[in-house]
Amino acid sequence: MPEVLLRGAKVFTQGWRISAIFIALAVLTPVMVILWSLFSPEPEIWDHLSQHVLSDLLINTFWLVLGTATGTLILGVSLAWLTAVCEFPGRKIFSWALFLPLAVPAYVTAFVVVGIFDFTGPIQTLARDLGLDIAFPEVRSRGGVIAVMILAFYPYVYLIARNAFMTQGKRALEAAQSLGYSSTQGFFKVALPMARPWIVGGLMLVIMETLADFGTVSVFNYDTFTTGIYKAWFSLFSLSAASQLASILIILVFVIIIVEQQARARMRYTAVGKSSGSQERIVLKGGKAVAASLFAGAVLLVAFIIPLIQLLFWASEVVVQDFDRRYFEFLWHSLLLAALASVVVVSAAIILAVANRYYVDFTTRSLVKISTLGYALPGPVLAVGAYIPIAWFDGHLQDALNYFGIDSGLVLQGTLFTMLVALVVRFLAVGFSPIDGNLQRITSSVDEAARSLGTSGITLVREIHIPILRSGLFTAMTLVFVDVMKEMPITLMTRPFGWDTLAVRVFEMTSEGEWERAALPAVSIIIAGLIPIIMMNRHAER
Amino acid sequence: MYSYKSALMVFFAALATLVVSTLSVASEEVVVYSARNEQLIKPLFDTYTQETGVKVKFITDKAGPLMQRLKAEGKRTPADLFITVDAGNLWQAANFGLLQPANSNVLDKNIPVHLRDPGNQWYGLSIRARTIVYNTKNLKESDLSTYEDLADPKWKGRLCLRTSKKVYNQSLVGMMIAEHGVAKTEKIVKGWVSNLATRPFSNDSKMMQAIAAGQCDVGIANTYYFGRLMKKDPNIPLKLFWPNQQSSGVHVNISGAGVTSHAKNSKGAIALLEWLSSDKAQRQFAASNMEYPANPNIKPDAVVASWGEFKANQINVNRAGELQVDAVKLMDRAGYK
Repeated sequence: MPEVLLRGAKVFTQGWRISAIFIALAVLTPVMVILWSLFSPEPEIWDHLSQHVLSDLLINTFWLVLGTATGTLILGVSLAWLTAVCEFPGRKIFSWALFLPLAVPAYVTAFVVVGIFDFTGPIQTLARDLGLDIAFPEVRSRGGVIAVMILAFYPYVYLIARNAFMTQGKRALEAAQSLGYSSTQGFFKVALPMARPWIVGGLMLVIMETLADFGTVSVFNYDTFTTGIYKAWFSLFSLSAASQLASILIILVFVIIIVEQQARARMRYTAVGKSSGSQERIVLKGGKAVAASLFAGAVLLVAFIIPLIQLLFWASEVVVQDFDRRYFEFLWHSLLLAALASVVVVSAAIILAVANRYYVDFTTRSLVKISTLGYALPGPVLAVGAYIPIAWFDGHLQDALNYFGIDSGLVLQGTLFTMLVALVVRFLAVGFSPIDGNLQRITSSVDEAARSLGTSGITLVREIHIPILRSGLFTAMTLVFVDVMKEMPITLMTRPFGWDTLAVRVFEMTSEGEWERAALPAVSIIIAGLIPIIMMNRHAER
Repeated sequence: MYSYKSALMVFFAALATLVVSTLSVASEEVVVYSARNEQLIKPLFDTYTQETGVKVKFITDKAGPLMQRLKAEGKRTPADLFITVDAGNLWQAANFGLLQPANSNVLDKNIPVHLRDPGNQWYGLSIRARTIVYNTKNLKESDLSTYEDLADPKWKGRLCLRTSKKVYNQSLVGMMIAEHGVAKTEKIVKGWVSNLATRPFSNDSKMMQAIAAGQCDVGIANTYYFGRLMKKDPNIPLKLFWPNQQSSGVHVNISGAGVTSHAKNSKGAIALLEWLSSDKAQRQFAASNMEYPANPNIKPDAVVASWGEFKANQINVNRAGELQVDAVKLMDRAGYK
């Protein structure tokens, strides 16, 4: 096996490996900056946190991650299977519409859900007005926050799992049936295990996003590890203590990744080729078909349509007052940033994923694996971690230029370049997961078979790898594009003067609690986010 | 392969243009880092530019990240002036060594002593009163007296509070520590917690809506949130109450600004700060968010004035910053989430 992989390495030059190591190191720098805090202890704050805060945070975080991961797994995989392999009324529309909740920032869903279901919301108000005495469950609770996170994050699993089932689900099922399994057995015994690298990749994104989330949990006033990080930084004035907490988060995710890798290493994946084009779908009939439509419809309704309608309603109240020509500028900036970032992130992710696949040396592989850890860090912490080295480098660059008699001022700060670097650091994991999932599915026997037919080098990549990677690339691009549009802390910290995006507008409104006014930029983000989703759908369906 | 290379060259050329375009040197210009949001400060800066010809370049972000940014940039920072909300943040900026004394007679004259840093590193520009809000259907004005009274068991199941993670509540508790000491304050906060009708809210508006809907009778909120709510729905059964009028006065916080320690244009920054403390700017600064002007010679906006006059706490807001860490720890101990 290693021999084969080493031969695979001949496809790529040493330059590829060096680029991969360079990217991984660059992305790791902010994480290192955060980990560095471990050397400046804050015993007093830790005393306080461990006595009064930490146990609650850990319990809350544990349930949140467990609940969200389980929920997104069930929702994402079942919907992916239905739309990729089965046929039921509305399947074509659902297959792309179910991505849409991805464009809705999770804290927006949270705000809308709490607004609707809380004591002051329309449902409970109506019940009181009618004199009904119903004991409603408290929405601002553990169950509430988990439900919202599932609705907001299931598209990561859905998108990536669907991609897996599209390329091989039906074939897996045929193989299963030839072994005498029913289609249910086939799903659990063959198709699901085969799709595991993808699904786990999507699930890791969900877990990291859940751990890093602050906006959603703060709408529910649900204290997690990340709220603890914020408390240490903003309330107890200690970025070191905050970074130390964040380091624990990094280590935790690292352990999860290692455990998963170990488990995965014991499994072997069989060859897949190009999907055979017009696959026959399992046609659901009668009650099953209705149930499938209702299920998909209900998810779409709660996760996307209701939040969107509520936002449109709020936006319509402020559109006259707030909408001006500058909105086109915000929109343009958002789209430009998202497009540039998705190209840069996905390029970096390809380099890393290929290196991860074809180089077996310890340095390369471990570097690649840990380079995506930054995604689990709360945005502002990562933003600071990224900004400190950039400012340092920029300062020295200025000194160097001054030395040569060029009075440059700061060169990099406040440029799009800085923004892109910081965004790569943030979203590399998002680009990496779908591509890596696809690449891992190309087993060495595929390379072997292709080479025995006289195909090698770049031809091998073009003829065999790219077609398999294709859907993964589109998935990665879309995920990064939409995530960048929603991203706030890094955009805020690194944007050029006066270079505002839609996400910045959301920040300006929400920072003083004007949630209704934030609806206008939030709706714009959602609508702009539809562009890549629809584009991807077209490419993926081809 | 060639097309790929040329695309890459175009890409880097585009980046280079962006880099170079930021190098152009403007005429007189002040650079501001602001944690007060854009729609509240940009109109003022526009007026300033019109009046003086001085350009104001600014960037907004949360206070915490902006301070870390100033720290990371050190002596190379482009920022001349740092604007933020909450005395705790201003105190912390001064504590980090990010600000320098402004020493201006105009500012000393316009801004009262208790609303500025004792070392003149920052000045308050608007006052935010955090007061009691109550449901007019369930309560009379005479039922209420002080913040401390809300810890009394008679309010059991009738009190709503915003989360202790919001800096406004941390300042409030900090000022109570300044007045009563830690032990007594902790008892009061524990009393609040045991009186809560429901979990603490994530924001003032939601909390006030809950009071209006009868989920609870009384709560503590910043007045401008109340103003916003009334503007949207004037019939809502809510009213403000000014507590502690026989004792310390209503708790006030500020938004304010200070000149950065490595300002390239500290003169320009001081000039802008002085202008912001002047009559016209003060009126606009406070009115834009229904806050109170820091300059005592300026009357608040008509709507704000209609809520009545009150005696405000005269302890220097600086204390809220100094005591913030103690306040946060106290609230954690008291189980105030």
